[in-house]
Amino acid sequence: MKPRQKRLAIIGGIVAAVGVATALVLNAFQSNLVFFYSPSQVASKEAPVGRTFRLGGLVEAGSLKRDGVTVSFLVTDTVKTIPVRYQGILPDLFKEGKGVVAQGQVGPDGVFVAREVLAKHDENYMPPEAGEALKRAGQPPMKTSGTIMKEAGK
Amino acid sequence: MIPELGQLSLLLALAVAAILGTLPIIGAAQGKPQWTSLARPAAQTLFLLVGFAFVCLAASFVRNDFSVLYVATNSNSALPLQYRIAGVWGGHEGSLLLWLMMLCVWMLAVSQFSKHLPAPVVARILGVMGLIGAGFLLFMLTTSNPFERLFPVPMDGNDLNPLLQDPGMVVHPPMLYMGYVGFSVAFSFAVAALLGGNLDATWARWTRPWTTAAWCFLTVGIMLGSIWAYYVLGWGGWWFWDPVENASFMPWLAGTALIHSLAVTEKRGAFKSWTVLLAIVAFSLSLLGTFLVRSGVLSSVHAFATDPGRGLFILGFLVVVIGGSLVLYAWRAPSIGLGSRFGLVSRETMLLMNNVLFVVAMLSVLLGTLYPLALDAMGMGKISVGPPYFATVFVPLMVPVIFLVGIGPLARWKQAELPELAKRLRWAAGITVVAALLTGWLMGHVTAGATMGFLMAFWVLTSIATDIWERVRPSGGVHGGILARVRLLPRAMVGMFVAHLGVAAFAFGVSMVNTYEVERDVKMAVGDSTEVSGYTFFFAGLKNVDGPNYDAVRGLVEVSRNGRKVEELHPEKRIYRVQRNPMTEAAIDPGFTRDLYVSLGEPVEGGAWIVRVYVKPFVDWIWGGCLLMALGGALAASDRRYRVKQKQESASTIASSGAQA
Repeated sequence: MKPRQKRLAIIGGIVAAVGVATALVLNAFQSNLVFFYSPSQVASKEAPVGRTFRLGGLVEAGSLKRDGVTVSFLVTDTVKTIPVRYQGILPDLFKEGKGVVAQGQVGPDGVFVAREVLAKHDENYMPPEAGEALKRAGQPPMKTSGTIMKEAGK
Repeated sequence: MIPELGQLSLLLALAVAAILGTLPIIGAAQGKPQWTSLARPAAQTLFLLVGFAFVCLAASFVRNDFSVLYVATNSNSALPLQYRIAGVWGGHEGSLLLWLMMLCVWMLAVSQFSKHLPAPVVARILGVMGLIGAGFLLFMLTTSNPFERLFPVPMDGNDLNPLLQDPGMVVHPPMLYMGYVGFSVAFSFAVAALLGGNLDATWARWTRPWTTAAWCFLTVGIMLGSIWAYYVLGWGGWWFWDPVENASFMPWLAGTALIHSLAVTEKRGAFKSWTVLLAIVAFSLSLLGTFLVRSGVLSSVHAFATDPGRGLFILGFLVVVIGGSLVLYAWRAPSIGLGSRFGLVSRETMLLMNNVLFVVAMLSVLLGTLYPLALDAMGMGKISVGPPYFATVFVPLMVPVIFLVGIGPLARWKQAELPELAKRLRWAAGITVVAALLTGWLMGHVTAGATMGFLMAFWVLTSIATDIWERVRPSGGVHGGILARVRLLPRAMVGMFVAHLGVAAFAFGVSMVNTYEVERDVKMAVGDSTEVSGYTFFFAGLKNVDGPNYDAVRGLVEVSRNGRKVEELHPEKRIYRVQRNPMTEAAIDPGFTRDLYVSLGEPVEGGAWIVRVYVKPFVDWIWGGCLLMALGGALAASDRRYRVKQKQESASTIASSGAQA
């Protein structure tokens, strides 16, 4: 091969590789975007059925129930309330009356089945999504501070 | 008094950094030796000043001086001494000081080990590092002063975040920052070369050991973070694709590409402009990583709004450093030239493919990390990018990388032949397939994912064995036994083998854990037992324990296998007294072939607990692989030829200056 052809081949190869990679990346990106909805939005059926999304708000006081490794609780933005079911161990900072973010899907019975429950490791911390939900519901935003995230579930 | 001295020291440091960042660079441009000669003493003074400020902050922590706001926020009188010292880098302000401290350590090292370099080059390198330092000092003094006083003085401090009260957290940030900041040497050298318009093989040879050293620190830093997440976060994962982790992973990916392209630039003079660009990118990502993690934008982009000064400064600084160096690059790079030519099939091409893949991987992580932030900042809604995205993107990108790890080192520079390579590697390929299938079969079931992983691990292993064998096997005409020849292998090459072996160990560990781990959350009362992967976990008891600054419930779990006792595990649930935060302290029995992992979830009715019981096969190989990579890097960076060259060159400069005298 002449040097010119060689260079073209190398450039062509790189362009092809980057093209394939980009297609791959964008495709995976598209299908893994997790959107956030507040309890009011979920209650008014704005949230997609059969697709994973995040639900944020406050854990309603007195709503936590345990049955072996299954737990259920209510997430509220003070306007609407959504029942959540989760199997596994809740993060250390999960508390009634505190902010929480759950990732999962809404079942046909209207119960949000969480595959992951997130809480930030600081008692004053309000997860951004939970804060957002309260703000949308017209509540004053609460104090936030940046610390390390702790997740539970898989 | 001590905090004021620290503050004063930082102010003086800013003045020195400003001098270091201007006069030597101007001196180098205008050929004024008396200005360029300022660089070394200024860098050393800067080190002393920042070092003194650092000691002052540490002293305030040790003395429990809660009149200092930062100490009051991040410490407590009941905090054990080692965590009070680690508290120095437990928050935003202190981490900036640590970052600056590390920059000064690297600067001091550069000023010490650059005797053989021409004075204008040293002046430019230290000058650029000085400018970066000045930027950080300005940022600290104007928006994030660690020595700010608090009045009225509180009775006691707010305590260090319990998650950070861990030996791993004492060493993780310094290691990580040593790595981040280490890339500033390659960056400064690249900018210096662009300013001077002189980029030759010396540039690459000199930059290489520094970059590799920085990369080693970064590798160990990321590894420590991963281990910490594994046992402190209490649910046994080792990597979460969390933005905080991604922030440190992006510079690592760019750095990995950089050390490989530097090899080509040094050995063959090719990829020059590309290597310079990578040096700029690697350091820019380090800066981005530091700010992403430390500014609070990750938890909320609106953190900027609560403190607009900080946010604007950070953005401005990033724009100046990254934008400025890229503009300089665009202006000067055409004069660097592309370097020498190479064949379509050659080691250069394979390393080029390595670089393309690593950069694409880095960009995909960047997309997944920044996109949600950008969307949120523009008020277009809150989204997050799930870990499956990263997994789907990463595996297909890394498979060809690992295939190349096998053939790249065996391919000749300039021109290689594919059929010849295939012939040399036929045994390696055969053994790889058999070994991968055999391993899956021995583990009980063969899956596509695990087999892929095993193929990669064994492929790297067998191709390294082929490479070494070809170099040491007895052949006519050369004397000495195999061992003698093994000893003759250059240290840099041994380093490469060790690092690549680390890749194999890593891939093996990951495939094992991902496919064959068993995780079980069970409800257990004292006296109950459960069986996981052939191990019996017996919940033998619970007792209350008092720690130095926490109260805990400690469980006793006896593990046995086939009736024989293996280990006693003591998982804890702690409540730290000051912040009243609960913390899960997992108990782990580490092993060469498996970890046994038990952590207490939460108490339920009737004195029972939800307990996590995990058996993780070969999980320690993941971190062992990282250690091997870092060790390989350390071996390569300490290769004799870097030192011999320097000695010879310094000897010849002395000789020539002697002749002049």
